[in-house]
Amino acid sequence: MIKIEKRFYISKGQELYIILASIILALLSGALMLGLMGVNPWEAYGMMLKGSLSDFYGISETLAKTIPLAMCSLAVGLAFTMVVWNIGAEGQFVMGALACTAFVRYFYTDSAIVMLVSMVLASSLAGGFWGAFAGFLKARWNVNEIITTLMMNYIAILLLQYFVYGSWRDPTSLGFPMTPVFPESARLPQFFASRVHAGLFFALIVALILWIVVRKGVWGYEIRVSGQNPRAADYAGIKSARNVILVMFLSGAIAGLAGMAEMAGLHRRLQPGFAVGYGYTAIIIAWLARLHPFTIIFVSFFFGALFVGGENLQIAMRLPLSTVQILQGLILFFLLGGEFFRSYRISLTFKKR
Amino acid sequence: MAEKLLVNMRGITKTFYDIKANDNVNFDLKVGEVHALLGENGAGKSTLMSILCGLYQPDEGTIELEGREVVFHSPKDAIAQGIGIVHQHFMLVPSLTVWENMALGSAERNFTVKESATCARIRELSARYGLDVDPLSPVWQLSIGEQQRVAILRMLFHKAKILILDEPTSVLTPQETEKLFETVKHMKEEGFGIVFISHKLKEVFEISDRITVLRRGRVVGTLPAREVTAEKLAEMMVGSGGVGEIKVGVSRKPPGKPIFIAEEIRVRNDKGLVAVDGVSLTLRENQILGIAGVSGNGQGELAEALAGMRHIERGRLYFTVDDVTSASARRMVDLGVKYIPADRKGVGLVPNMNVAENVALRKYWRPPYKRGFFIDWDEVYRDSGCLIESYDILTPGIDVAVRMLSGGNQQKLILARELSDNMKVVIAMHPTWGLDVKATAFVREKLLAAKEEGGAVLLISEDLDELLMLSDLLAVMYRGKLMGTIEAPDRSHIEKIGLMMAGIASDGQGAKEEHD
Repeated sequence: MIKIEKRFYISKGQELYIILASIILALLSGALMLGLMGVNPWEAYGMMLKGSLSDFYGISETLAKTIPLAMCSLAVGLAFTMVVWNIGAEGQFVMGALACTAFVRYFYTDSAIVMLVSMVLASSLAGGFWGAFAGFLKARWNVNEIITTLMMNYIAILLLQYFVYGSWRDPTSLGFPMTPVFPESARLPQFFASRVHAGLFFALIVALILWIVVRKGVWGYEIRVSGQNPRAADYAGIKSARNVILVMFLSGAIAGLAGMAEMAGLHRRLQPGFAVGYGYTAIIIAWLARLHPFTIIFVSFFFGALFVGGENLQIAMRLPLSTVQILQGLILFFLLGGEFFRSYRISLTFKKR
Repeated sequence: MAEKLLVNMRGITKTFYDIKANDNVNFDLKVGEVHALLGENGAGKSTLMSILCGLYQPDEGTIELEGREVVFHSPKDAIAQGIGIVHQHFMLVPSLTVWENMALGSAERNFTVKESATCARIRELSARYGLDVDPLSPVWQLSIGEQQRVAILRMLFHKAKILILDEPTSVLTPQETEKLFETVKHMKEEGFGIVFISHKLKEVFEISDRITVLRRGRVVGTLPAREVTAEKLAEMMVGSGGVGEIKVGVSRKPPGKPIFIAEEIRVRNDKGLVAVDGVSLTLRENQILGIAGVSGNGQGELAEALAGMRHIERGRLYFTVDDVTSASARRMVDLGVKYIPADRKGVGLVPNMNVAENVALRKYWRPPYKRGFFIDWDEVYRDSGCLIESYDILTPGIDVAVRMLSGGNQQKLILARELSDNMKVVIAMHPTWGLDVKATAFVREKLLAAKEEGGAVLLISEDLDELLMLSDLLAVMYRGKLMGTIEAPDRSHIEKIGLMMAGIASDGQGAKEEHD
């Protein structure tokens, strides 16, 4: 007889076991799909691993993807800590990129320090206000933040297109929608002749700060209480409305900063395709990492490897892009399916007499 | 063949993570009988009943219904076999009407809902069992007593033959309780089997034919109600030498100076309606003011207003000579106005956070807990350790989520936090609701101790025995107004209190209905 029962408690070991089992199951069913397509699945997986983690180039590419993923995940993770559903990291990321590009365009100076610091500030503020607006609507009129943050993503992306197809387009780009390349002083350094850039430190520093503030700080305690039990927050005299706005501001600011790092560190020019859904993948990463800042970094690295490995599959095995997306989807599907086993226990019993 | 057994549960064992919630439990129910299930929280009553209504499957043991062995895979199976449970919280959909609630989850699956047929059956059932209710009114408009009737009717509607009533009287007035008991007696005569779960010994005696006492997952004994005494039952529940009557009125200090004064305050509820309508009261040092009343008459809003959690629209509130009408919850705590809310897990605690984090909840903004931008968790843990010891809180550890604690220990944690330092005024709302005998005694002792230490206590409760036992003064709240005060209340006042709870004023006070 199969019994399904609600769990009261789950140990760390069981949790890890569930995650590992989910990944293995995903790879197995992915193997089935690849086999049906006439591809040797083990070869394909080997290719993914090889492309993403086996050599210096692969690892550096994975790290380059880890940076925006980690920062967007830290951003949404902060909001989720207060049970505020910021689905708008994508838009805040774009707004950060837009703001720092605007700064490069209109307030250019030769001094790298002045330039980079003001780009950091501009992008954080832009992302921050993009988030805080949704936070304000929630705090003031209880407008559902899932809807507003999602809608504001489209506004941000359309704004981006307006500028790159319009007044910001590089006259020498032969008509491609992109701004001119950033001048030297507006670039973050890249390391070891790879695409890994100083944004990695942004991610690590933000993770550290969040860990300290949320786990040790007074304010972090307040937002955790507000998130877990809003009525207990009233009882403790916590001003939840103000904290919602603040959390959304900071969450947006981190995502905005990620946009700046992506511009100044990697692309070095604004173009429409740079936002490839990091802000959405971030939701899954933050959730899988249980909102823990350091775990988020590791999970982001895993997802970075998935992205890079997928690209390698495309190039080396000539598989269509959609194959890779299906594989990634399967992994997510099983990981999220594993959530069920976190809250429920299933056991087989045999009737005793 | 002896009497027919409606339910026969044999050797039921259920283990949750090494804890035997039920250990070889035998329980049966005859046709036309009320069988009471008594026991402290965590004794295994709810586990046993959850097994009977299909929520859990037993690890070992069998269930027979009218001699046939059954296995329930889900609550649906149990409902199909005629087992109905009325929970403490009635599990009704407030925005739907009574008949819509009945139609929900009906065994007959039809694509359409039949309003008139459903209503007709409800009217027939309510007439037959004396459960007055209008099938067309939305559930949110009904009083708690009426909602309970709906919940019972729903079980009858689903053709239940076995009815489990989980603490049914805890939300009712004495008059409503009487009415419920009449219904129960009537159903008994018609051959229903009724399981009655309660803490209140008096009611158990009044209504049941047999009583089964559970302790720590085991059956202590099953006895005919006529053959036992209250003392014997209490002893069976807590084990030998448990309860200990509280000594009341022995060391009564005279009431001290007034410290917390409300003048004609008016407060609105969440729906924007006036819930507290011109209440004046004075809390004095060394005094417990009890407030009786059926829930939903503005007690919750009054308590929240006094604790600084709800806006006082009109009137004034003073702490000694300071005007604190618009003081925040935090200011109130700093002044020494402590609050024990009715809803432990919903308001008083953050269930997913650990013991230390819950200890910090109402003082984290002050040193020694707050150090700059940080909370000194070492300090909080030290304090938590002390409180766990001095309030005898049973927990596996300080960093365990408080949802893992039993109700009694959760309440002890709240008491420890609220009463352990800088306590001048205590507003306690239903402080012993749902607690077992031992924990109830503990809470009452702590409230008396708070009073002895000079505290001014406001005790809002629905348990008249508790109010009579603890209060120096007793007021009754009805529709947002206080219906007059009784000094040194005792059992001789019960009838008067009951009338006041129903809105009939004594001595011409209060009762005028003025609504805007």
